[in-house]
Amino acid sequence: MTTELLIWLIPLPPALAFFLIVLFTNKSKALSHTIAVGAAFLSWLGSMVVFFRAVGEEHFTAFASSIPWLPTGDTWFRIGVSIDPLGAAVLFFVAWTVLMIFLYSVGYHNFGQPKGDHDRAGLPPHGATVTDEHGHKHTVLSVEPMYSRFFAFIGLFAFGMYTLVVSDNLLTMFVGWEIMGLCSYLLIGFWYGKPSARAAAIKAFMTTRIGDVFMLLGIAFLYKATGTLTFSEIFTEETLHVLANTPAFFGLSAAGAIAILLFIGTVGKSAQWPLHVWLPDAMEGPTPVSAMIHAATMVSAGVYAVLRMFPLLTADFTGHGLTTAMSVVAFIGAFTALFSATIAVAQNDIKRVLAYSTISQLGFMIAALGIGAYIAAAFHLITHAFFKALLFLGSGSVIHGMEHGVLHTGNHHVDPQDMFNMGGLRKKMPITFWTFLIGGFALSGFPILTAGFWSKDEILADAFAHGHWAVFITLAVAAFLTAFYTMRQITLTFLGEPRTKEAEHAHETPWTMTTPLVILAVFAIGYGWVGIPEHFPVLGGILPNWFHEFVGGTLLEHPEAVEFSWIPLGTSLLVALGGLGLGWLVYRNVKSPAEDRLQIPALKNKWYFDEAYDFLFVKPAYWFAETFTYKWMDKGVIDGILHFFGKAAAWIGDTLRNYIDSILINDWIADKLSHQWTIHPAARAVRRVQTGRIQQYMLASIGVLFVVGVLVYYFFMA
Amino acid sequence: MIPLSWYLILAAALFSVGLFGVLARKNAIAILLGVELMLNAVNINLVAFWRYGSLASIAGQVFAIIVFAVAAAEVAVGLGLVISVYRRRNTVVADELDLMKW
Amino acid sequence: MTAIQIIFILSALVILGAAVMVVSTRNLVHAALYLVATLFGVAVLYAILDATFLTVVQVVVYIGAIAILFIFAIMLTRREMRDQGEQLNKGWGAAALIGLLTFGGLFMLLNNWRGVNATAAALPSGFDGVVELGTALVSTDAFVLPFEVASVLLLAALIGAVYVAGTKK
Repeated sequence: MTTELLIWLIPLPPALAFFLIVLFTNKSKALSHTIAVGAAFLSWLGSMVVFFRAVGEEHFTAFASSIPWLPTGDTWFRIGVSIDPLGAAVLFFVAWTVLMIFLYSVGYHNFGQPKGDHDRAGLPPHGATVTDEHGHKHTVLSVEPMYSRFFAFIGLFAFGMYTLVVSDNLLTMFVGWEIMGLCSYLLIGFWYGKPSARAAAIKAFMTTRIGDVFMLLGIAFLYKATGTLTFSEIFTEETLHVLANTPAFFGLSAAGAIAILLFIGTVGKSAQWPLHVWLPDAMEGPTPVSAMIHAATMVSAGVYAVLRMFPLLTADFTGHGLTTAMSVVAFIGAFTALFSATIAVAQNDIKRVLAYSTISQLGFMIAALGIGAYIAAAFHLITHAFFKALLFLGSGSVIHGMEHGVLHTGNHHVDPQDMFNMGGLRKKMPITFWTFLIGGFALSGFPILTAGFWSKDEILADAFAHGHWAVFITLAVAAFLTAFYTMRQITLTFLGEPRTKEAEHAHETPWTMTTPLVILAVFAIGYGWVGIPEHFPVLGGILPNWFHEFVGGTLLEHPEAVEFSWIPLGTSLLVALGGLGLGWLVYRNVKSPAEDRLQIPALKNKWYFDEAYDFLFVKPAYWFAETFTYKWMDKGVIDGILHFFGKAAAWIGDTLRNYIDSILINDWIADKLSHQWTIHPAARAVRRVQTGRIQQYMLASIGVLFVVGVLVYYFFMA
Repeated sequence: MIPLSWYLILAAALFSVGLFGVLARKNAIAILLGVELMLNAVNINLVAFWRYGSLASIAGQVFAIIVFAVAAAEVAVGLGLVISVYRRRNTVVADELDLMKW
Repeated sequence: MTAIQIIFILSALVILGAAVMVVSTRNLVHAALYLVATLFGVAVLYAILDATFLTVVQVVVYIGAIAILFIFAIMLTRREMRDQGEQLNKGWGAAALIGLLTFGGLFMLLNNWRGVNATAAALPSGFDGVVELGTALVSTDAFVLPFEVASVLLLAALIGAVYVAGTKK
C-alpha cells in the first residue's frame, strides 16, 4: 500500500467502529470493545507504518495527496491528507496514547464484573453484591451500564483527532476539530444523570464554541485573503509575504490578524486563559475521557493548530522584537502557565490538580510558540501528551482502587477522588505508584532522566537565549510551582500511612489498566532522549538531536539550535528539584485539609473566575433572554403587532358581516330569491349527478372526452 | 421485422382493457391494478416510438423511467389510502365510499 | 413470419390474455398474479425493442416491488371482500362500451396515420442504450431536473404512504 493511501485510511477504523457499535453491536459489551480497541489498533498500526516510513526517508518533507472536492467557480477546492515531519511526530504520540486509552477503558469500566444492583444508564456504576461459594456477600465493582456507548463515543473522538492530524487544509482540520468538540460534550456529559456532569458538558461546549467562532472567522479571512486553505499553498514565501504586508485592523497585518483569530480557537480548545474555565469541570467525565481530552487529543489539537499556523504567526517577524500577534500569544501562554499553576496548588481532587497542571503546561507550549520556539513547543507537546496521559490514567487507577475500598467498607460518604482520603497507596498499588511517580517527575521536569526535563528545559533555554526575560521568569516560577504541587499530590496520595479505612482496602487495578500505564511510563522517560540538545554538557552529542532535525524540516527555514547556557539549565534544575523537595517537606506530615496552609480561599476558588463569568456573562445573558427578548420583544412588540392585526381583521370582518352580508346577501338574495324562485328546486335536481362514486365520475368524464374527441376529429381535422 | 403498428395496436388494446378494469371493478385494489395495465400500455408506446423514431434522442426511455417512478409513487400512496380506508370503514368497495355524495 | 414475430405474437397473447384475466377474475390474488404475467410479457417486448435497461427495471421494480406490494395490500384487506359475489359494479356495461370505443377510436386514428407501418432502423454498431440513458438522466442539458423531481416525488410518496397508512397514536 502506498503511504498516501495509508494516510487516507488512518482515520477510518475508529469512525467505522463508531457506526458499527451504534448501529449493530451496542447490546454486546464484549463485541463493542473488541471492535473499538481493534479499530484503535488498526489506526495505530497505520500510523506507525507512516511514521517509520517518514523517519526512514532522507530529508523528509511530506507525504501528501489530495482530491478535488468542491467546484468553486473556475477552480476546485481541494481536500487531502498530508503528513509532514510535525504531522508524523504528532501522529506518533496520538496513535500511542489513543490505543493506550482505549485499552485502559476496558478495565476502567469494569468489564467482566457483574451488573450493578441499582445501576442505571446515565450514572456511574455503584457496585454489585455477589455471593461466593461460602455464602458470604461481597460488594464488588459493577460494570458500566452504558459500556458500548462509551466505546462508540471515544471511537468518534479518535476519528476526529486523526482527521485533524492528517488534514492538509484548514477546512477538514476544522471538521475534525468540531467532531472532537461534539465528542467532548458527549463524553463529559457521559454520566448525564448527574446534574454537575450535564452542566460541565454544556459549559465545555459553550466555552469552546466561543473560540471556534473566532477560528471560523480566521479561516474565512484566510480564504478571502489567499483563496486557499491548503497549508502547502498558504505557507509559501510569496503568500506569507503578501499577507504580512497587507494591513488588517488594530494595526495588525493580515497574517497577524488571521493568526490571532485562529489562536482564539486554540485558547478555547486548549483551555487557555480567559477561556480555561471549562477544563477543570470537564473532570466530571469518566477518567479515560479526561486523559483523552486533556492529554492525547483535544487540548493537544489546540497547540497543534498553532504549530501548524506558526509560519503565519511569524510571517512579519523580523527577528528583533516580537510582533503584536506573537506578544499576545506569548503573554496568554505565560500568564496561563503561572496562573493555573497557582490554582493547582490548592486543589484537593486528584483529577482537578492534573486538570490545572494541564492548563499550565499548555500555557508553556503556547508561550514557547509566542516567542518563536517552534521545536521546543512541539517537543513539549509530545512529551507532555505522554506523561499527562500517564498521570490521568494513573489517577484513574487510583480512583478505581479507592472505589474498591469504598465498596469494601460501604461508607459512600468518602470521596474516592479527594487526596486527603488517600495516603500510603504505594504499598497497595505498586504499579500505579511507580508509573505515577515517573509521570509526576516527568511533569516536574526531574533532571536528566525524564522527558519533561528535556522539553521544559528547551523552552526555558529558548526564552533565555532570545532575551525574553518576562516569559523566562514567569515560566520558571510556574515550573517551580508545578514541581511543588506534583510532589504534594504524590505525597498525599501515595506516601505516608493510609488516612482512611478505604485507603487501607484499596486494591491494584486489572492488567488492562496497568499495561497502558507501564507503556506510557516508558515513553515518559524515553521520549526525552530523542531531543537532547547537542551542546548539553556530557550528554549532548551521545544521542543525535533527532527531534530537532526531523521536526525542524517542517518549516521553510530550518530553525537554528539554541546556544547552550548554564543559567536556564541551572534555573530548571533548581526549580524542579527545589519544588519537589519543598513539596515533600511541607506535605509529608500534613494529615487533613485544615493543616494545609495553602488552602487560600482565592486559590481554592480558582481566583473566582467562575463567579466572575457568571456575574459578567451568564446572568446578563439570562436577563437579556428573559426580560428583553422574551417579555419585551417577543411578548410585547411582536405579539403586540400580531394581536393588533388580528383585532383589526376581526373588526373589519364583523363590520362587513353585520352591515353587508347579513342584510344584502342573506336576506335579499339567498332567502328571498332562492326560496321563492328557481335556485333551490334546480339545485335539488342537479345535485343527483354528484353520486360520490369515483368510477361514475370517471365514466362520465371519459364519455365526455370521447364525444369531444370525435367532434374535434370530424370537424377540425378530417 | 415487426412493424410499429403491432406495438401500437397491442398498446391500445391493453390500454382499453385496463380502462375497463378501472371503470368496472368494484374493489379499489382491482382499480389500481387496472391503472397499472394502462401505465404499461403507455410505456409500450413510449419505448416503441423511441425504437422506431430517432435512437439518439433517448426521451422515450427517460419518459418510461419517469412513468415507473410515478407508478411506484402512485401504488404506494394508493395502497396506503386503501388500507387506511379499510381500517376506518372496513370496506374496499369503491361504490361504498361515497361520502362525497350530495 | 420470422422468429421475432412469433415471439412478439406469443407475448402479445400472454399480455392481453392475462390483462383480461386481471380485470375479470374474481379472486384478487389471482388478478395480481395475472398482472405479474402481463408485466412479464411487457418486459419481453422491451427486450425485443432493445430497451435492455427498461427490461431489467420492469422485472425488478414492477414485478419485484409493485406487484408484490399489491399482493400485500390484497392480503391485508381480504377479510371483508371474500372472493365470491359480484366483482363488477353496476356500470360495467357502460365501462365495457367505453373500453371498446376507446380501442376502436385509437385503432381508427392509427389506421389513418402514415407513420404506422414504419420499421425500425438497425442499431448502429457500438450503440449502448444503457450508457445513453444513464448519461441523459444526469446531464444538465438533458433530463437531470425531471430525474431529481422524480426522486423528490418518490420521497414525498414514501412519507405520504407512511403517514396515510400508519396508525395514529
